Amino acid sequence: MKTDRRGFLKIGGIGILGFAARPLMDVLLKGDLVEASPEADALTGKRWAMAVNVNKCKEGCRDCIAACHSVHNVPDLGNPKDEVKWIWTEPYKKVFPEQEQEFSTRGNKPVVVLCNHCDNPPCVRVCPTKATFKRRDGIVMMDYHRCIGCRFCMAACPYGSRSLNWRDPRPFIKKINPDFPTRMRGVVEKCDFCGERIAKGLIPACVEACKEKALVFGNLKDSGAEVREVLRASHTIRRRPELGTGPQIYYLV
Amino acid sequence: MLEKALIGSKKYYGLVILLLIIIGGGFYFYLRQLTYGLGITGMSRDVSWGLYIAQFTFLVGVAASAVMVVLPYYLHNYKAFGRITILGEFLAVACVAMCLTFIIVDLGQPARAFNVLLYPSPSSILFWDMVVLNGYLLLNIVIGWTVLASERKSVPPPTWVKPLIYISIPLAVSIHTVTAFIYAGLPGRGFWLTAIMAPRFLASAFASGPALLILMCFIIRRFTRFDPGKEAMQNLARIVTYAMAVSVFFVLLEIFTVFYSQIPEHMHPFEYLFAGLEGHEKLVPWMWTSAILAIASLILLINPVTRRKEGILAVACVAVFASLWIEKGLGLVITGFIPSSLGRVFEYSPTGPEVIITLGVWAMGFLILTVLYKIAVTVKEEIAA
Ligand code: SF4
Ligand code: SF4
Ligand code: SF4
Repeated sequence: MKTDRRGFLKIGGIGILGFAARPLMDVLLKGDLVEASPEADALTGKRWAMAVNVNKCKEGCRDCIAACHSVHNVPDLGNPKDEVKWIWTEPYKKVFPEQEQEFSTRGNKPVVVLCNHCDNPPCVRVCPTKATFKRRDGIVMMDYHRCIGCRFCMAACPYGSRSLNWRDPRPFIKKINPDFPTRMRGVVEKCDFCGERIAKGLIPACVEACKEKALVFGNLKDSGAEVREVLRASHTIRRRPELGTGPQIYYLV
Repeated sequence: MLEKALIGSKKYYGLVILLLIIIGGGFYFYLRQLTYGLGITGMSRDVSWGLYIAQFTFLVGVAASAVMVVLPYYLHNYKAFGRITILGEFLAVACVAMCLTFIIVDLGQPARAFNVLLYPSPSSILFWDMVVLNGYLLLNIVIGWTVLASERKSVPPPTWVKPLIYISIPLAVSIHTVTAFIYAGLPGRGFWLTAIMAPRFLASAFASGPALLILMCFIIRRFTRFDPGKEAMQNLARIVTYAMAVSVFFVLLEIFTVFYSQIPEHMHPFEYLFAGLEGHEKLVPWMWTSAILAIASLILLINPVTRRKEGILAVACVAVFASLWIEKGLGLVITGFIPSSLGRVFEYSPTGPEVIITLGVWAMGFLILTVLYKIAVTVKEEIAA
């Protein structure tokens, strides 16, 4: 009896070690599991990106926000504490704090912001369940069914692009779009670059809704794409590129 | 040995019942949180971690500090700590149990907690935190229980616990280092982005944990026939002194770096803490209290005359514990989000339910501690008799 218990505990001890060792081996042998391995179709593949021409934005226009939030069933909770948002505006000096200067008239100009679908996304790196993951085409996606609501990704995103459903969002959706899932409380959500629309060959809802053509969406790997045209023709800036996240929203300011 | 937890004095039962009532209150509000969502707390889109994660962060330190008695006793054969190692190990068990509970309580979808194990993500520090915390918890239960059981039978502990004890030492350091890495490696959070985060955590842990242990020893000596020993307590007091001095020094290093470099992103959180930012100053009185307590405790601890007086030592330990609780359990986590990544100062304060749930988890930890200490002390009393 006595030796039995001892043996059991010994095995238990080894078991603990094994449990800790397996993921470690994964890291050492396979490298970062979350980032995809070098893409076989790197040349022919796709890399979605967006250019935002801030100068074209009409004052007070909220067309892109309204379009996105209505197709994606984004709730309007009406208070800053519980707020959920995918695309919204912030004053220029908050979006580009490193570009702020006293004599500029741009300081309070609203700039459209959304998830940057970073090349090296910290939100993906920190997620303990892979509920946030990066697709081969560059879209940083959310799996609402896997997210445990730990909000590590919210701490890690340096752009404030993510929201948690602090409470049940469904009663706060004005008109539910049956073609897109609603979320439950306790999960994180954010702009998904309209993954569901581009799968059908449509452009993102916000881009489609913009009458001023301020938003340009396209494939960076296609040299003929309109977004490449914008990047070639003008000087664009990105939000906090010094952090090494590789944001893929390009701003013409 | 478990039966020893069932027979006790009126005071013991009274304490257990009081703790159960607080746990019940916390549990009631936790059920409300489960149905309503985390919106019941004061957390927001800007300040997305609050009191729960802050308590977890603070308690990881207290848990790790068991190593401060285990290490001298087992590695250096320092006999005076022999009487209290079990108290240190059981304190670690109670604290890690609280840490894990605080993580669960903080999840938006707690029913999915096992996703962390079903889809292990080695790149996530939270995954590693779960691994080391559970490992440390298990080790301390096994070690504490086995050593106590052999003590009771007056036989030396079985040889297989030795390797487990040795493993538990680096693991204690690792739970705290890994917890520091949760914060230290994030881009764009100037307040946390500092390589000294892990050493800072360890220093404050080795002050707050042994301080609590000293206070526990006072309580045990007062209410039971077991005496942890003056020498052990005085040596713990020395550990608290050094660790507290180093901890304060580390904070001063941060302040120098931040304010001499004048980088706004790194200065603003400190300004928020100690002076207030854009008229928001909820944490300012707390932080100054913490600073004053830290200095007062150092004065009392560094002077050997006051440190040796037990009454004063107890006061100093309370000051250390309170000061570091404010620093880690209030300031550190929340301030990382203020100002937010979009430069907004959106303040956080915990709501009533959030505070009661937090108290409930603390009460649960103290209940575990009370029961474990009751068993340990009864065994020690029996041996002495
Ligand atoms: S902007 Fe934030 S949420 Fe979007 S990919 Fe980058 S880090 Fe992740
Ligand atoms: S909140 Fe969800 S998506 Fe974010 S890190 Fe946690 S599990 Fe991943
Ligand atoms: S790309 Fe799609 S999901 Fe993202 S902001 Fe635009 S409309 Fe919303």
